[in-house]
Amino acid sequence: MSVLKSREALLALAILVAIGIIAMRFPAFVAPGNLANVFNDTAPLMLLAIGQMIVILTKCIDLSVAANLALTGMVAALMNGAGMPLPLILCAVILLGAALGAVNGVLVWKLGIPSIVVTLGTMTIYRGTIFLMTAGKWVNAHEMTDGFKALPRLVILGLPVMSWIAIAAVLIFAVVLTRTALGRAFYAVGGNAHAAVYAGIDVGRTQFWAFVMSGALAGFTGYLWVARYAVAYVDVAGGFELDVVAACVIGGIAIAGGAGSIWGAMLGALFLGVIKNALPVVGISPFWQMAISGTAIILAVAFNAAQSRPKGRLILREAAQ
Amino acid sequence: MTAPAPRIVADRLNSRLFRATRSWEAILMVVAVAVFIGNTFLSPYFLNAWNLSDATFNFTEKAMIAFAMAMLIVAGDIDLSVASIIALASTAMGLVMTAGAGVPVIVLVGLGTGLICGAVNGFLVAGMGLPSIVVTIGTMSLFRGIAFIVLGDQAFNGYPPDFAYFGQGYVWWVISFELVLFALFALIYWAILHRSTFGRAVYAIGNNATAAQFSGIRVQRVRFILFLMTGVMSGVAAVCLTSRLGSTRPSIATGWELEVVTMVVLGGVNILGGSGTIPGVVLAAIIMGMVTFGFGLLNVPGIVMSVFLGILLIGVIAVPRLLRGK
Repeated sequence: MSVLKSREALLALAILVAIGIIAMRFPAFVAPGNLANVFNDTAPLMLLAIGQMIVILTKCIDLSVAANLALTGMVAALMNGAGMPLPLILCAVILLGAALGAVNGVLVWKLGIPSIVVTLGTMTIYRGTIFLMTAGKWVNAHEMTDGFKALPRLVILGLPVMSWIAIAAVLIFAVVLTRTALGRAFYAVGGNAHAAVYAGIDVGRTQFWAFVMSGALAGFTGYLWVARYAVAYVDVAGGFELDVVAACVIGGIAIAGGAGSIWGAMLGALFLGVIKNALPVVGISPFWQMAISGTAIILAVAFNAAQSRPKGRLILREAAQ
Repeated sequence: MTAPAPRIVADRLNSRLFRATRSWEAILMVVAVAVFIGNTFLSPYFLNAWNLSDATFNFTEKAMIAFAMAMLIVAGDIDLSVASIIALASTAMGLVMTAGAGVPVIVLVGLGTGLICGAVNGFLVAGMGLPSIVVTIGTMSLFRGIAFIVLGDQAFNGYPPDFAYFGQGYVWWVISFELVLFALFALIYWAILHRSTFGRAVYAIGNNATAAQFSGIRVQRVRFILFLMTGVMSGVAAVCLTSRLGSTRPSIATGWELEVVTMVVLGGVNILGGSGTIPGVVLAAIIMGMVTFGFGLLNVPGIVMSVFLGILLIGVIAVPRLLRGK
């Protein structure tokens, strides 16, 4: 546990050092207002990283999150265009997102298909569905009501609602993961599936719930994204699933499952967020970002592997194949 | 309580031919014929030598990567960076082309870039023991990211006229150079996977890497070579695709990793490793190419085809499992 703790402290330190270096040359970057902007910008990544982290804990991966976000965002925009009230839209996006996650979950749980194949498939299916619904048309800012667009930007106590939602999600899921039976089950399933079965945990069902949570978070983020940027189209958040996986890997979530904390996922997202926002300030072309996140993923996974030699005693050997 | 199990008497010989008719490849063959006949009825333009020749371009480049990917997946790994390797190799070719290099140098640079990318993946996975999914998700960003750094929103144009042969040339009548290359690589990879000790090692690793290690197979070296092969084949595909398009953009071949993996899985290769054949992948490539071409003739947009591919990818794995469950 102390290793995990030091790992998050290390990451937090890295973020602070990065901010410090940027601040030496560009003091405006560390102005409280700008830092709040960076945090707010990173909120969608954080929300998705929380969901992704839970899925990765159970030894799965969810590559469909960005497509899920785009699809639910489009549905939110279309519902708004049809004149439906905001509370109904909010319920709808969470349910739709959860349902899309449940599709992944059922395929993994009931049919035992590897999650990477399932979500690689649903990734294209969900994004294609947006095209089938809209024939490729955009929903632009003037087609959205002011109330719909205002919620994520509404400032409370100096921070926009979107930031508060990310903070709330981190706190809620921190409790879920460490203080509930389901939360412990996520760790147990990924840590040692065989031992989990002997402990009375249904491995498939636990993975199913991980996908549902990841989907619900993606769905909710879909609304936030579309409302904040005031535009919905087929390619919203294209390739964002890679950033989300990157945030988790950088945050020290073991891709083999069973290890990692919500704080790691949050810091991993923040790390990428700081880099992304610092690039234009430092004067590096945004075209560098893709290569930088790729490098960060590789370095992080190498670092994780070096650090995460199994601790503690092995009490139950994995059954032979 | 249960009745005694009925004694099963074989009513036919369990011959090789009989078993072959029950195989996944046989199902694929039936599907391929059905797709072919269906397309013939749906569009009057389908059954035409030149149109069919055009249709082969839908799968030749992807299939060349799929052969190497099939072996990689049989061995229990995966490479999601193949499309990004194409982007990087194409960018490298564009760079040396702009510097005034001739056709042989351009081609060598394309293949070499593929080799280097494969070596990077192979080193990270086999050398450092990192999981291939995350490593190749990382290199997928990294390789295409480098292409974006070099090109930004620009493109390389103006490849020498001779360079066009690889993607646009015809060896004889409607038989394109790419089609010949596809057939050649199909034979080579068939021989490697099904007729060589290396191929046996690949199956052994996919079924039980530990047992393979103890039976004297140099597991990590085989895995490294497999990543090298996938990289080089991506380089070959990059040469063909760049030559066919005549230009390089950093977004070239976006989403191909999905299509290649779909092709391999549709071809009957177990995504968890251990089984699969090259003839299956060849049939899957032809089916996917014909379906894509048929959709194109019917004016179905590309994104709808990718939805179809996604359903195909999941369906191909789900349906047998559903049937077995019953």
